[in-house]
Amino acid sequence: MNIHEYQAKEILNSFGIPIPRGRVALTADQVERAAKEMGGRCVVKAQIYAGGRGKAGGVKLVHHPEQAQEYAKELFGKTLVTPQTGPEGLRVRRILVEEAVEIAREFYLSITLDRSASRYVLIASAEGGMEIEEVASKTPEKIHTLTIDPFLGLRSYQARQIALQLGLSGSVCEDCVNLIQNLYRVCLEKDCALVEINPLVVTRAGWLMAMDAKITFDDNAIFRHREYPDMMDYSQLDPLEINAGKYDLAYIKLSGSIGCLVNGAGLAMATLDVLKEYGGEPANFLDVGGGATREKVAEAFKIILQDADVKGIFVNIFGGIMRCDVIAHGIIEAASEVNCTLPIVVRMDGSQVEEGKRLLTESGLNVQCSDNLGDAASKIVGMLG
Amino acid sequence: MSILINNSSRIVVQGITGRSGLFHTQQCREYGSNIVAGVTPGKGGIHIEGIPVFNTVAEAVKYTNANVSMIFVPPPGAADAILESAAAGLELAVCITEGIPVRDMVPVKAVLKQSKMRLVGPNCPGVITPGECKIGIMPGHIHKPGKIGVVSRSGTLTYEAVKQLTDVGLGQSTCVGIGGDPIIGMNFIDVLKLFNEDPGTEGVFMIGEIGGSAEEDAAHWIEEHMKKPVAAFIAGVTAPPGKRMGHAGAIITGGKGKAEDKIRTLTECGVTVASSPTKMGEAMQIAIGSRHNGKKKSD
Repeated sequence: MNIHEYQAKEILNSFGIPIPRGRVALTADQVERAAKEMGGRCVVKAQIYAGGRGKAGGVKLVHHPEQAQEYAKELFGKTLVTPQTGPEGLRVRRILVEEAVEIAREFYLSITLDRSASRYVLIASAEGGMEIEEVASKTPEKIHTLTIDPFLGLRSYQARQIALQLGLSGSVCEDCVNLIQNLYRVCLEKDCALVEINPLVVTRAGWLMAMDAKITFDDNAIFRHREYPDMMDYSQLDPLEINAGKYDLAYIKLSGSIGCLVNGAGLAMATLDVLKEYGGEPANFLDVGGGATREKVAEAFKIILQDADVKGIFVNIFGGIMRCDVIAHGIIEAASEVNCTLPIVVRMDGSQVEEGKRLLTESGLNVQCSDNLGDAASKIVGMLG
Repeated sequence: MSILINNSSRIVVQGITGRSGLFHTQQCREYGSNIVAGVTPGKGGIHIEGIPVFNTVAEAVKYTNANVSMIFVPPPGAADAILESAAAGLELAVCITEGIPVRDMVPVKAVLKQSKMRLVGPNCPGVITPGECKIGIMPGHIHKPGKIGVVSRSGTLTYEAVKQLTDVGLGQSTCVGIGGDPIIGMNFIDVLKLFNEDPGTEGVFMIGEIGGSAEEDAAHWIEEHMKKPVAAFIAGVTAPPGKRMGHAGAIITGGKGKAEDKIRTLTECGVTVASSPTKMGEAMQIAIGSRHNGKKKSD
């Protein structure tokens, strides 16, 4: 789960990490007022769930409140397309107004999971402000990493070594030691999949400050952070994806015309692959979960049909222990409820397959059944011509 | 022969009184698995389906000699359940639970490095030695005893692969679902090592997906050490970058974890990679038939 920059900064600040003075605004007038508060000269930053905003025109240094307001009018409702948003981009609905800070030096700092070590890893670089992947591929020697022992934690001497590697000295170095340790506390206490400060700056006045921040929460840990759902900005998500989330379905909108309903993530990916192989274009990834239930199948069906691009539906359920007649009932129920006349191809496996097939073929829906993945894929592609 | 589990495995089910815990206990039992005990804190002393329930794994071990655990404990208590089974001296824990936070699994993984217990999962379908023992949620009937080992990061896609293997007449020695989470117990290499040493396994089918580098690591290990033919399938060739495809681990980020890179590395290391999810059984047949071709070092 992602949150906005301003929310990430609030969290960092609550753990003692300095951030620029700022205010989040929902209207151009609020932006103007905030700019006045900051003394006129300030930075106006579009808040979207993606990086790369600067190059896309989503961040600007302005010199007086009127200019801030003007720029905000331009930004609000605008769709920013950055390398991280995909071609459809994300709409700006919130703007962060921050004091302009005189920067002396910029760094990169983050903590995430090192999957190969199964431990959290601190990543630091003196090349702040840049895409860390780019730094890593072009100048790997400029990346410093520290794998964190879960039982020892992140010790002062380790943090100091990183701070020294970044070229810091004196009191700023010691401030950085504290900051790094606080960052690890954020990572643990807030269950972060990623906590990133980029850039971390040393101001002309000699203070450390998180100029930009990104936090991604571990979706699996939301159950112990009741405040997280309220932090979500639903305007940044696809409405169909939000709806799917309510029913615990993993749904991702894609650009094709064949709606897919599959149980299990791996099989769902493989289903997209096989559709493409047969010349079809999937409209979505949808995993109803390994043990699909009748209710989930019915909800999934409705979500797929809300996508106007969908011209046909491909159901691939490897039920195993599940009963296919139950799945068939779910499909029939949902399809009749929304008056679905689109062609449907169902590939099912599990117990009561024959009964499931009989129910589907006698349902009056435009449906074909198949036992075999390749055959089913070629059928749906054929039906759509 | 088989790996990890067989008909002498004595199983304790952690979370046996939960809905899915109980359902799958019954399913495993019907398949022939020897479920000797259940554990649900606070419910010790009762019997469920004739199975004695204990408050702790240690008690279950003491009274029933259980040596393997199947874990259905919900996410908030699942990491603790794994640690408890390790502390009780079990040989293997198979954790089915989906949705355990990463922060909980980091210390578990560190503890397991010092423990003799092996962990399969979490967020996995489990382990099955066809005809002998099933510890997990996979459908038993699609499996057939035989000589192909199966190791997979996926759930239902594994069923698809197993069905295709069975359909082309290739039975399985043991099938291991290692799970789709970022932190798991046994990885591909851990399982491949066991298959390599198992006289009952003559070839291995491996199912991977986008995200991480586990498949590449396995490919290099196979090239160096594997004495038996390996075929594979990687799901997500058409997955768009930056989108998490269901599994917490299944995401292409920063240009890493792409299916095409995994397929190339596996092929370079002598693995027969199925070009389509419809050709998994066929790929295994080819791998077995062509075991003297390619880069196999020892045969």
